[in-house]
Amino acid sequence: MLTLDGATVRFGRDRAHTALDGVDLTVAEHEVVCVLGPSGSGKSTLLRAVAGLQPLDAGRVLLEGRDQGAVPAHRRGVGLMFQDHQLFPQHDVGGNVAFGLRMHGVPRRERPARVARLLELVGLAGAERRAVATLSGGEQQRVALARALAPRPRLLMLDEPLGQLDRTLRERLVVELRELFAELGTTVLAVTHDQGEAFALADRVVVMRQGRVAQSGTPLEVWRRPADAFVARFLGFDNVIDATVTGEVADTAWGKLPVPAGTPSGGCRLLVRPAGVRLVPAAAGLACTVTARTFRGSHVALRLAPCDDGPRLDAACALRDAPETGAEVGVVFDGEDVVVLP
Amino acid sequence: MSTIKKAATVALATGLGMAALGACSDSGDASSNPGPTTVTLVAHDSFAVSKGVLKDFEKKSGYRVKVLKDGDAGEAVNKAILTRDNPQGDAFFGVDNTLLSRALDNHLFQPYRAGGLDLVRPEFWAGDDRHWVTPIDTGNICVNYDKRYFTAHHLKPPNTFADLAEPAYRNLLVTENVSTSSPGLGFLLGSAAQYGDKGWPAYWKKLRANGVKVVDTWEQAYNEEFSGSAGGRKAGGDRPLVVSYASSPPAEAIYASPQPRTAPTGVATGTCFRQIEYAGLLSHAKNPKGAKALLDFLISKEFQDDMPLNMFVDPVRETAQAPALYRKYAVQVDTPQTMAPEKIAAHRDQWVRTWTSLLLK
Amino acid sequence: MAVPAAFFAVFFAYPVAGIVARGLRAGGSWHVGWIGAVLTESGIGHVLWFTVWQALASTALTLLLALPAAYVFARLDFPGKRLLRALVTVPFVLPTVVAGSAFLALLGRGGLLDQLWGVRLDTTVWAILLAHVFFNYAVVVRTVGGLWAQLDPRQEEAARVLGASRRRAWRTVTLPALGPAVAAAALIVFLFTFTSFGIVQILGGPAHSTIEVEIYRQTAEVFDLPTAAVLTLLQLVAVGAILAVHARTVRRRERALHLVDAAGTARRPRGAAQWTLLGGVLATAGILLLLPLGVLVQRSLRTTDGYGLGYYRALASADGGAFLVPPIDAVANSLQYALAATAIALLVGGLAAAALSRRAGALLRGFDALLMLPLGVSAVTVGFGFLVTLDRPPLDLRSSWILVPLAQALVGAPFVVRTMLPVLRAVDDRLREAAAVLGASPLRAWREVDLPMVRRALLTAAGFAFAVSLGEFGATVFIARPDRPTLPVAVARLLGRAGDLNYGQAMALSVVLMVVCALALLLLERAGTENTGEF
Repeated sequence: MLTLDGATVRFGRDRAHTALDGVDLTVAEHEVVCVLGPSGSGKSTLLRAVAGLQPLDAGRVLLEGRDQGAVPAHRRGVGLMFQDHQLFPQHDVGGNVAFGLRMHGVPRRERPARVARLLELVGLAGAERRAVATLSGGEQQRVALARALAPRPRLLMLDEPLGQLDRTLRERLVVELRELFAELGTTVLAVTHDQGEAFALADRVVVMRQGRVAQSGTPLEVWRRPADAFVARFLGFDNVIDATVTGEVADTAWGKLPVPAGTPSGGCRLLVRPAGVRLVPAAAGLACTVTARTFRGSHVALRLAPCDDGPRLDAACALRDAPETGAEVGVVFDGEDVVVLP
Repeated sequence: MSTIKKAATVALATGLGMAALGACSDSGDASSNPGPTTVTLVAHDSFAVSKGVLKDFEKKSGYRVKVLKDGDAGEAVNKAILTRDNPQGDAFFGVDNTLLSRALDNHLFQPYRAGGLDLVRPEFWAGDDRHWVTPIDTGNICVNYDKRYFTAHHLKPPNTFADLAEPAYRNLLVTENVSTSSPGLGFLLGSAAQYGDKGWPAYWKKLRANGVKVVDTWEQAYNEEFSGSAGGRKAGGDRPLVVSYASSPPAEAIYASPQPRTAPTGVATGTCFRQIEYAGLLSHAKNPKGAKALLDFLISKEFQDDMPLNMFVDPVRETAQAPALYRKYAVQVDTPQTMAPEKIAAHRDQWVRTWTSLLLK
Repeated sequence: MAVPAAFFAVFFAYPVAGIVARGLRAGGSWHVGWIGAVLTESGIGHVLWFTVWQALASTALTLLLALPAAYVFARLDFPGKRLLRALVTVPFVLPTVVAGSAFLALLGRGGLLDQLWGVRLDTTVWAILLAHVFFNYAVVVRTVGGLWAQLDPRQEEAARVLGASRRRAWRTVTLPALGPAVAAAALIVFLFTFTSFGIVQILGGPAHSTIEVEIYRQTAEVFDLPTAAVLTLLQLVAVGAILAVHARTVRRRERALHLVDAAGTARRPRGAAQWTLLGGVLATAGILLLLPLGVLVQRSLRTTDGYGLGYYRALASADGGAFLVPPIDAVANSLQYALAATAIALLVGGLAAAALSRRAGALLRGFDALLMLPLGVSAVTVGFGFLVTLDRPPLDLRSSWILVPLAQALVGAPFVVRTMLPVLRAVDDRLREAAAVLGASPLRAWREVDLPMVRRALLTAAGFAFAVSLGEFGATVFIARPDRPTLPVAVARLLGRAGDLNYGQAMALSVVLMVVCALALLLLERAGTENTGEF
């Protein structure tokens, strides 16, 4: 459906700042792809480039195999939901949703039914006559979505689709969106800085870093095997440590850690997922002091400082097992949750 | 701007132009492609002719006449000179004896001896016998006086240039800047004809000492300062003497309601300078034949009879007779000052400069 | 971008260049030396000096008298405010022929000053200065007052809570925010007075002359094209410099200020000080602006047999002889021309503003100033330029009616640009993008997104362009066709003939013009915009 081929965008004086740096990306029919990255990683620029709002300095954008270089934004047939919605203040809700229909020459008499159906789809049935200024953030969000969906774009792009919403609303909407896209069979390219949102929404996640693709894969793959320390840290994993591998054992500042069979010998970096940091009595493992303890609902996140002044590490444990701040604990590492990073 | 947008704007502009054209289509007679039977007369703003008279000419000659008024006399001449090589019309009306040399020096006209010229007194003819221009009308620039003022003050109105410098008429005269007003210039030329090339500055010094007021335009002098005009009365004008035309009193009477028995203003007939207006065949006229017919028409009896009430000037054709209404109020000027166009051309600029430094500095 | 640029190139730059070239070229070569020769003439030096100092003095006086009014219109609420604001703008669009003559009634013989103290100011510099105030009062009131009304009063309140006295709060908070607007208004007033023509000619008497007056004399009367060309160049340079400074000031002003809806900032006057101020402003406006207008009305009604509508009735007959048509037809002509001119001005100015709002390079900013250049170039220069340049197909427009609206649009377009630009700059570009992604072409996006948002500003711009076109005299008089005179041209022609009926009709027609202008401006006020005609 969508192919980016070495897409490059530069900004600024002398085009010194590279916002997109040779990005290759494909999105298959009916696939939901989420681009994940910190702010400034080039996510929004990527969407604008695909939409035709941002000309490329190099590379190509292909939709259904056709180069879009000479196609202006309004002829590309893609939908884009803006980060802050950008609803037209001079139109009411119905007018906003019907905008794309009008632009695409949908006959006047067909429009009300389609608008009504779209509003129903996003849970705002009967809101046609409301002024956009009276809508809450979540409602604006839904209207923007309905508006983007209305012309039945071959590719729907969402820029931080749930960014400005509160947590509960966001969690609910993620599920709704997922269902909606499945129902409509829409091809979706979304960008977000929120990993939870990305993992919940996407068939495939693309992590971006400084204008480049750092990793691409299913949420599970990315979660389980972050491609590098940057991705690991961006996913919230802070237990990254330099190591020297010999056979199935790696030597680190935290002592010897098990690594999967077949890991090449020599220097590398290891990620230990918090779940793989298991607490044992102080004498039975790496001795640490608990420096912070955060209740996370389903589990407790611990911050541990090794007594030998090694790098700090994160651990997760069940509420009933959680030690108090200041307690001395021992730590052993579970080979299952150790990931070798390049 | 994208190509599409550009195309769209051009389309829009075109559409707009069309719409505007449609809206003003009632002015269609101005179509930019006058047929061969159209003859265009370029004239100054004061040109006027009765509809019936013009219609008559069109019917007889077969030409359609388009009149293009092109500003006041000076502007119209200048514009005609500027556009000499690609003129806006075929014949030009309205160059007077003060500007004639400028027109001739710039080769504005081609010679043509109008039919009926024999009936125009030779004193009005200008230039050499090749007849570059045809005299059309004449008028006099004279001091006008407010009859009411002089009656009320038991004062005899002035009659000559010399009178105006008398203490009895102190602070009574208003005239116009000679560099911006043709009556102003005419009055200066009249004084120069009276007192000679060397003598006139002394006369103007006396006028200045006697409180002459100078304003820029005839409109101001006549409508604001002169106590005898309709505008001046409303504006509280307090100058009972003004440099204007010998035909101003008839206009003052004819455009009053009800029309008075005699005009409220009079003419100091000893202060007059004769102005003659000419017409000519433009050098690069596209329809010279039509232009010639038009020139013949301008000195025809029909036009000459009609002219006085339209333009408030006197006919040059001997047999012409102004309408009774005009004659009722008209003032006879028998011996106006005159000056040959060549002489005017030779001294004009220098005199204007001298006058300006005498009166305005 | 291409359309406005082409428009200004063909209908402004080319004609002006053409007439200047006529003056400075002889025998196939340029005579740059003439420039020096003209400039060293003592008379010209005098003209230059007078032009500059009267413009400075007029600007100072205008600010002095109009700034309190800007405050009153911005911050105080009183009955009849809208009507008064429309009325004080009327002089700005009134042809100078008419206004000048009305002004004489105030300052001249038998005028108010004469009756009260026996003081007559006509043909003095004072008459010129006061008349310049009369004409430019509205520029200051609207530009400064418009912004003032939108300044958030709470900022001043915040300063006072922090311990600043009322005066100190004004000086430290309000004045800096208003500064650029005041500077912009001052520069525009300076520009208008620097290039003043009719006022100086009518009120100043023959002893006073500005560059503009001199250009007219040299072109139309003396036919000394070299001198006129040098003066035109000189004025272009001066005006260009003024506009460059103005463009800088405007840009400074367009930087973010915290603006609020003007409707909420005005209050009924409180306390003796505010009542005095209001009274003073009303008195000044009344004497300086409304009285001359009133004189016109009075003269138009005073017929030889008492007061009546005789002159107005006479307007409908063609017997006057000054025209081939009844003078009242001039109203229809004027309206048609003004509508066409407004359409052109909106198209050209709107496109220019749209282009300027999207990109900001040094070149484009220069174009911004360039668009205002026609305001500072003598109408006679443009008029004669039309004649010598637009004389070959496909541009043989010399005797075409379209020249009139074109010339008027030249004057109207700058107003459109200045009114629309701030509003267009405020339109979020991403709304246009949203429309584009939904399938709207750029033109469609403009229609769907920009147009609804700028509709008010557009209306304002249209009204102003309309009023200015209606009142435009200088260029129109050169090119209006005799059988289709516009209102100001008809007034001038009537004034050019002797006789009670002609004079009375001129006055009556002036009143008609005044009323049409006032109505157009009042409609703008109704549209509810506060930033009408900002510069």
